Amino acid sequence: MSIFSFVAIAILTLAAALAAATLPKLIHAALSFAVAFVGIAAFFFLLGAEFVGLVQVFVYVGAVAVLIVFTILLTRRDADPPGKFNWGGVVVAMAVFAGLVWAILRTPTLAMAAAPIEALTVKRIGEILMTDYVWPLQCVGVLLTAALIGALILVMEEKRE
Amino acid sequence: MTLSILLVVSAALFCIGLLAALSRRHAIFILIGIEMMLAAANLNFVAFWRFSPQPQQPTGVMVAIFSIAIAAAEAAVGLALVIAVYRHYRTTNVDKLDQLKG
Repeated sequence: MSIFSFVAIAILTLAAALAAATLPKLIHAALSFAVAFVGIAAFFFLLGAEFVGLVQVFVYVGAVAVLIVFTILLTRRDADPPGKFNWGGVVVAMAVFAGLVWAILRTPTLAMAAAPIEALTVKRIGEILMTDYVWPLQCVGVLLTAALIGALILVMEEKRE
Repeated sequence: MTLSILLVVSAALFCIGLLAALSRRHAIFILIGIEMMLAAANLNFVAFWRFSPQPQQPTGVMVAIFSIAIAAAEAAVGLALVIAVYRHYRTTNVDKLDQLKG
């Protein structure tokens, strides 16, 4: 967990996230979004949560980014609405950021280093998922099924009378 | 590397997502911003787990995994809604969807 890799990953992630939020072309923003999520997965690896990092790469870079690109292609006809940039959002975001940083730096118990831990293996996570967290796991399965069916119904062609 | 600098990075990510969700008028950009805010929350969960006094209990990791699954479901339904709205109104600009304004 070296400070150099931390700074490099932080700069990469924040730059890609800022590009995804501000680039005018949708497809460029979608690609920057994928890069930003690779950076967040790198943070998870750095923190010793390898499984969460892998899930992040599979779900976001593998599935959600591709889904966003497909949606952009399907709604292409009004491709870039010359929308005016809303500066009120910038002001609100800066104010929220200032408030959060003020609160974080004011709390002295947060300025601590991490204790060394043994690696959290996938075997351990699987055991916990199948014992302590089995009901949440079932609920997430039901939720994903409902979301799948709901998304299919939403995009189904309506029958013309 | 301390916990507070990690929290500052995650707060910056949250605010970039907030900026995208508030200042862009395109529905897909708003979804991207919401996904970014969710990812910042996940980063906080994992960071607090890593710096906690008892990292043997992987509660933060479990919450992050479930949160990623729920975010995926939300993204799928949200993008399907964007496509359905586009079919109906031929636009994805959220400012033009003002039928209920009266």
